[in-house]
Amino acid sequence: MPYLGGEETVRELRRALSNPHIQTDHLRYRNTIHRVIRLMSQGVDVSGLFSEMVKACATGDIVQKKLVYVFLCSYASVNPELSLLVINTLRKDCSDPNPMVRSLALRNMCNLRLPGLCEYVEQPLTAGLKDKAACVRRVAVLGWAKIHALLPNTEIDAAVVNELYGLLRDPDPVVMVNCLRALEEILEEEGGVAINKPIAHHLLNRLKECDVWGQSEVLSVLQRYRPRSEDELFDILSLLDPALLSHHVPIMAATLRLFLSLCSMLPAVCVSALERARGPLLAAAGSSSRELRYAALCHIQLLLRSEPGLMGEHYKRFYCGYAEPPYIKQSKIQVLVELVNDDNVAVVLDELKGYCTDVNTETSQAAINAIGSIGRSYDDRCLGILTGLLELKQEHITSAVLQTLRDLVWVSPQYGDAVCSALEKWEDQLQDTQGRGALLWLLGVYGDRLSGAPYILEDFIDGVRSEVSAEVKTELLTATLRVFLSRPAETQDMMGRLLQHCIEEELDMCVRDQALLYYRLLHCGIEDVRRVLQCGRRSDLSLGPLIGRPPEPISQWASIFNTLEPLMLGASSAGNSDPSTLTPYTLTSHSEPMTSDPHLMTPNLSSTLSPEEFERLWLQTEKGEFLEAYVMCPVPRCSPESLQVALQLVNIQTLAFTAPNKLPWKISTTPPNTLILAEVLQAGGDGVKKVKEELIEDQENEREESTNTHILITPC
Amino acid sequence: MISQVFILSSKGDHLIYKDFRGEAGCDAVNKFYEMVTTLTGDQPPVVMKHKELHYVHIRQGGLYWVATTKADSSPFTIIEFLNRLTALIKDYCGCLSEKSVRMNFALIYEVLDEVVDFGYIQTTSTDILKNFIQTEAVSAKPLSLFDLSNVGLFGADTQQNKVAPSVAATRPIMSSRGEQGGKNEIFVDVIERISVVIGANGVLMKADIEGEIRVKCYMPSCSEMRIGLNEEFSIGKSQLRGYGAAVRVDECSFHQAVRLDEFDTYRILKLCPSQGEQTVMQYQLCDDLPTAPPFRLFSSIERDTGGRLLIYLKLRCDLPPKRSVLHLNNNPALPLFSYSLFSSLSQELSSPDQSAELQPQNKAVHWEIPRFPGGAQLSALFKLEVPGLSSASLQEVGSISLSFELPKYTCTGLQIRFLRLSPIQPGASQRWVRYVTHSDSYTIRI
Repeated sequence: MPYLGGEETVRELRRALSNPHIQTDHLRYRNTIHRVIRLMSQGVDVSGLFSEMVKACATGDIVQKKLVYVFLCSYASVNPELSLLVINTLRKDCSDPNPMVRSLALRNMCNLRLPGLCEYVEQPLTAGLKDKAACVRRVAVLGWAKIHALLPNTEIDAAVVNELYGLLRDPDPVVMVNCLRALEEILEEEGGVAINKPIAHHLLNRLKECDVWGQSEVLSVLQRYRPRSEDELFDILSLLDPALLSHHVPIMAATLRLFLSLCSMLPAVCVSALERARGPLLAAAGSSSRELRYAALCHIQLLLRSEPGLMGEHYKRFYCGYAEPPYIKQSKIQVLVELVNDDNVAVVLDELKGYCTDVNTETSQAAINAIGSIGRSYDDRCLGILTGLLELKQEHITSAVLQTLRDLVWVSPQYGDAVCSALEKWEDQLQDTQGRGALLWLLGVYGDRLSGAPYILEDFIDGVRSEVSAEVKTELLTATLRVFLSRPAETQDMMGRLLQHCIEEELDMCVRDQALLYYRLLHCGIEDVRRVLQCGRRSDLSLGPLIGRPPEPISQWASIFNTLEPLMLGASSAGNSDPSTLTPYTLTSHSEPMTSDPHLMTPNLSSTLSPEEFERLWLQTEKGEFLEAYVMCPVPRCSPESLQVALQLVNIQTLAFTAPNKLPWKISTTPPNTLILAEVLQAGGDGVKKVKEELIEDQENEREESTNTHILITPC
Repeated sequence: MISQVFILSSKGDHLIYKDFRGEAGCDAVNKFYEMVTTLTGDQPPVVMKHKELHYVHIRQGGLYWVATTKADSSPFTIIEFLNRLTALIKDYCGCLSEKSVRMNFALIYEVLDEVVDFGYIQTTSTDILKNFIQTEAVSAKPLSLFDLSNVGLFGADTQQNKVAPSVAATRPIMSSRGEQGGKNEIFVDVIERISVVIGANGVLMKADIEGEIRVKCYMPSCSEMRIGLNEEFSIGKSQLRGYGAAVRVDECSFHQAVRLDEFDTYRILKLCPSQGEQTVMQYQLCDDLPTAPPFRLFSSIERDTGGRLLIYLKLRCDLPPKRSVLHLNNNPALPLFSYSLFSSLSQELSSPDQSAELQPQNKAVHWEIPRFPGGAQLSALFKLEVPGLSSASLQEVGSISLSFELPKYTCTGLQIRFLRLSPIQPGASQRWVRYVTHSDSYTIRI
């Protein structure tokens, strides 16, 4: 920006503004003011010119007046005393014969945002409510809302409120809508405008006169109205019905929302309203504005939660375009998965296959995941596509495919053979942690059928010293042990090396702990190992309902329809996860003990514990001692990683946590939970106790800043 | 309700900042830019949240148009409002660009002041706004020598006068100065967006057309305009009119100002256009194209003995040859995966005005054809040097995407029969009808 740092420029402008020659030549005067505003919008502080600009305000030139007002409204709060000087000019303008001047003055008088000036403003505002020109009344009505916002503690005169109610019958539709808006703000504590039957019917009848913005505003206010009888309800519905087909998306969305709230007791009506609105929604999903397209896609995802069959035949509308941004492609892929049925599954798979090689890594991973989740309920072609992708030998594709295969065979064990034959020829090196974890899991589970499994494991074990990820190491331990069960001769030696390394040299407590666990387990005998390790091989029968998710009732999401929330669901809110906000005290506050003995924890921040010492303490505690407590405490919504960091600050080691936005399908049926398993060492009154802790971060109420956390403390 | 509206350049310069409610500080602007530039790939960037403040933004003309709100407002309303705001500013300033916004900041503040009060949208209709907006637009258009080429030899009337210059529709709606000011012109554009997927076997898998009729009016007063569409125009599947080749669409919606009393019998739209641009009619057609898709592609991919990947493409334009003056941009792109392995590209194109380049960041080969006459056939041979090429790599060659613009052509066949203004305008009024079909999603599988 060329003008930045404009001490000199400001001085020069001040000279120009007070130059009588310029002041008399109104074009030059206006140009100088132009330059001031330009500087202002570039972020230069020009508040020093306030008094000169106040003088420039007294002019007959409307363009100049407008420019000066822009300036004054920005800097009035910095110069409250000087602003008093403007009031006189403004009040004079309020009685100008030109309605445009009147409305301009009135609007900017309120926009100065100085509580001290309110007493001067009230009189012109009261007069403005009765003005002949509609544009002045529009401004005056909103002016009262501005005054209320400036002085939230003073009551607005009841006479004014009555007058505003009266102005709902104003012939100008914008005045009417502004009255609604102003009353909503002024009467916020009483729950907004009182919508009784006459007002509701008046608003409904005048809906047609309003423009797009007014209509959607009125429709959202009408949500509070409850019709007295069924007849009245259906009269309202049939009056609003054409608006469901409006090609103005805001109106359609507001109407649909009103329908859903009016008919919350009549699900059949809701469903037919959704069907009516399908056309406009689909049109919006193909709109030329990509932002609108995205908003429509997010809302379609909401609808599909209750009515999976709603868009079935229109699945081709959700094909991705080459030039579309990744976020649109990904939500289209998510919609496509929902729309799959017996007839179109082959076509959709073909289309998804094309996206697997997308330039954007996230998009291609989303497509691979989508194919995997179609595979849970549909045919074997999915597996063919997925294993075919392995041949491309692209790092990110291979990793995503392996993870998808792991999830797939967990749910549908019948694919085991096909996965084995795909892994038979495995010879690649993977860099990606998650992909390696998935590969190891598959190797462990199918170790008996994959002839090469021990050799792949051996490569991993040889490289274990350079392995950084604890996740991969624990997965490696489990996999090796599982393979050992089926092929002891080939595996025994390398398992010994691995266990030795993990127990003696490993610094990560979780890995070491697990290695010790397996070591002791092996001492107990091979049958015990088999019992512990192989029970996880078959998927749980109770997972059935998870795969064919039942349709949700519409009321589940009706309250967030047409709000910003559906658009935020996919996005983890950036920048509000600060580990330091998690103090130890939040973890123990608001205790709600379930047992008689709460045993609240106060973490000791000073102690540092080496893995060896931890183990010694762990072994010291007697068996049979049992403690269970639920601690409810608020935890700011943040990513599991930052929660882990925060817990580490207070010496709580997390054993495992689910990745963000992943379905913890093995544990819980409510999707947006993050489950954290942690171990704490509790120093109580009588020596050291072992505490095992499960943190379930409940993210269901995402709207609230803080949510409840259940901490289950069970020392063994 | 909207707390603030601001416009940022793509580099983060503050162009316009207007605070309507005084709820949030102006550091929101910097915070927004910080968030939008540090976005990771999987975050949908349309709505962002930071400390109770929601940021909704759209990108138009290379600029960020941002609205912030504290309340849980309707996303459709805010996005539509921002879209409408860009359209308004385009109407008033002539075109949307960083330069025009910089030059017309006073005008934009004035527009914003009238359009939104205390965070509530008041009106966005140019009919009402024209009474309030006083500032004149500064045209950001540089003087171009090209305009002079329209002047005939010795001032003679040349053929070119029958064609409006391409910049005619990108001037501000209100300007009293300049040689183009005061001209009574009206533009009616029929714009169709086609998206097609053609399978590897040449079967049409998906075809969608989204069309609209846009009216851009520069006339200060126009009481009524009648637009006559093809008489055989029909909506929906059941309604077939006449025996000729019907022009059919699936769904059709109209601007609320359009009167349809003569539509059912004569297919005439009546409206009073307000100044500026507005969409009069929108329509859609799915799957059932009246004509063959405009382009076919024949391809073969081979591996030659030297380990090179040979991609041979033959593109045929199936439009009737009489529409030979097709000005057309053609950008097929091949998403090739092992881009890091490419070391060189050599090409053989069928004519010298075409160009092709390898774009490693998009993993694509970009083939550009400036002009492509109907009925013609173009071919290209790309040789890619790929070390370690395996037979599996051949699968990686994904689909081919074309983006193009077809002037004077509509895929549905929708035509405007006539355009009448009443009462007859005093002075020289000019009516222009333009047709264009464009696509940024025309995918052909290999």
